[in-house]
Amino acid sequence: MTTLHDTVFEAQLARRRLKGRLFELVALIAITIALTSLALLFLDVLYDGLGRLNWQFLTSYPSRRASRAGFLPAIVGSIYMVGLMVLFAFPVGVGAAIYLEEYAPKNWLTDLIQINIANLAGVPSIIYGLLGLEFFARVLGAWTGGRSLLTGALTMALLVMPIVIISAREAIRAVPNSIRLAAIGLGATRWQVVRDHVLPYAMPGILTGTILAVSRAIGETAPLITIGALTYVAFLPDGLRSQFTVMPIQIFNWISRPQSAFHENAAAGIIVLLAILLSMNALAVFLRYRFEQRLKG
Amino acid sequence: MKRLIWLATFVLVLALAACGGGNENATDGTGLSGSVLIDGSSTVFPVSEAVAEEFGLQNPDVRVSVGVSGTGGGFKKFCAGETDISDASRPIKQSEIEMCTENGIEFIELPVAFDGLTVVVNPQNDWATCMTVEDLKTIWEPSAQGVITKWSQVRPEWPDEPLSLYGPGTDSGTFDYFTDAIVGEEGASRGDYTASEDDNVLVQGVANDQYALGYFGFAYYVENQDKLKAVAIDGGDGCVEPSVETINNGTYQPLSRPIFIYVSTKALERPEVEAFVNFYLDNAAELAEEVGYVGLPERAYELAKERVAKRITGSVFSGGSQVGVSIEDLLEIEE
Repeated sequence: MTTLHDTVFEAQLARRRLKGRLFELVALIAITIALTSLALLFLDVLYDGLGRLNWQFLTSYPSRRASRAGFLPAIVGSIYMVGLMVLFAFPVGVGAAIYLEEYAPKNWLTDLIQINIANLAGVPSIIYGLLGLEFFARVLGAWTGGRSLLTGALTMALLVMPIVIISAREAIRAVPNSIRLAAIGLGATRWQVVRDHVLPYAMPGILTGTILAVSRAIGETAPLITIGALTYVAFLPDGLRSQFTVMPIQIFNWISRPQSAFHENAAAGIIVLLAILLSMNALAVFLRYRFEQRLKG
Repeated sequence: MKRLIWLATFVLVLALAACGGGNENATDGTGLSGSVLIDGSSTVFPVSEAVAEEFGLQNPDVRVSVGVSGTGGGFKKFCAGETDISDASRPIKQSEIEMCTENGIEFIELPVAFDGLTVVVNPQNDWATCMTVEDLKTIWEPSAQGVITKWSQVRPEWPDEPLSLYGPGTDSGTFDYFTDAIVGEEGASRGDYTASEDDNVLVQGVANDQYALGYFGFAYYVENQDKLKAVAIDGGDGCVEPSVETINNGTYQPLSRPIFIYVSTKALERPEVEAFVNFYLDNAAELAEEVGYVGLPERAYELAKERVAKRITGSVFSGGSQVGVSIEDLLEIEE
């Protein structure tokens, strides 16, 4: 009886192990494909653009001559726009998440709002561009200055708001309830609980969401073209109502030029965009690490 | 955490404020300041960009910006009074004129250069050196879809090989003009060809396929002459190859078209806009050729400057694209 059982088990064991091995192989192939294509793209861009990347390129304005053209207004425009966007999206998004998690009553209205926020995260970005054009650039044109840096930042803030809210909510929900109960038990008010306990604990997760939002915004082109971010700008934004351009728009413009020297400029631009993106991510990872350390300490 | 957020806010506000301060010391150079807002066609963009760049060197306090939202998109903004100058790769349409009138925008129409459309084949193609408008129509008209699939169906003496076609997408002004000039109806084209809004993709396609045929702007052909061969076009008066000379003197027909800027008269009251427009007309010929287009004859720019000086508004085209506008036609209309 037992021997019979054992032989069946043994026979199955070999098959089960084989299946396990096969799955491992499939997973390995999947990651190899993903990483190889990424690496190939990256190497191709490096090969095309590295020769063009120099101080002149980083500090010059665009030009009809590829060798004289530079990336400065686009770099500055992108950094300003993303910075402003975080200023708008972060407080509003985190505030909304706190309300939904900590204060909102659990009823159908809250559920409806939650479902809609999740849906908003999947709305194509061009729709936000149209909204921004009509509302921020036209209706509120007197305040925003029309097709301005402020309009761009506000539109982008709307675009990334669902990402910020959803990730902040996940982070807040992950805070152990015992912490809240302990604080309330000691007589803390709701606000004190949120401020002193929930937020610090949730901050690493909230920051991760903000990194994702920034990464998405810095590569986004369609909504900014819609609201009228410009292609040739030979000055730096000098205020919220100033006109501006961003890196992806400038790259797109160079790619579509007939002269191959401009294509090198585009590749160099992509390298700069990637470098800025990675350093922003690195900064956020560092901040997250700091918060995590503080929690442990 | 709070301290960090405050610090970030502070740094950002400071950066913006610092930039704002830098701009207040106005007027040196020519003494002009202010801004000129240009938007519109991506075809005209390189010319406007070149002019803006040169103008900016002489007038550092005038902020010229150039956007790309397509000829139609540009006119929408222009007729809403949001821009000063609109780049256009075709004349303004009747519907757009009405939109401008509704908003009280009057405009001056100024041709600034010629753009030639080029029909290209692979360098190994040794049969199609010259094609008539009829040949092209046979290939591109809507009824050719799925029917004309081999070179031999166009002309019996051509090889019995598959015909692979490349052309711009339907959103492009180049597509509108080509269909109008060749098929006879704007927007009428077969749909079974490789379409791309990025002309560089079309260049690659034709360069890698011995039996390919495609069309796009002259500038893309000039940059890729080593990979492509231009087809001479017979518009009824013999074969003419596309070149700066034949486009300029109007013999390359019907595939050369004028490109325009439209200036709002309201904006023209500002001295920096008027200075920019005159600078544009003075330098368009040279700068257009530098970026791959063909300048108009001297006389055309003189007439255009007169229009600016006398504020002659309205469009000389009866609304919409017109095929076969040679430089002589254009001058006659101008006068």
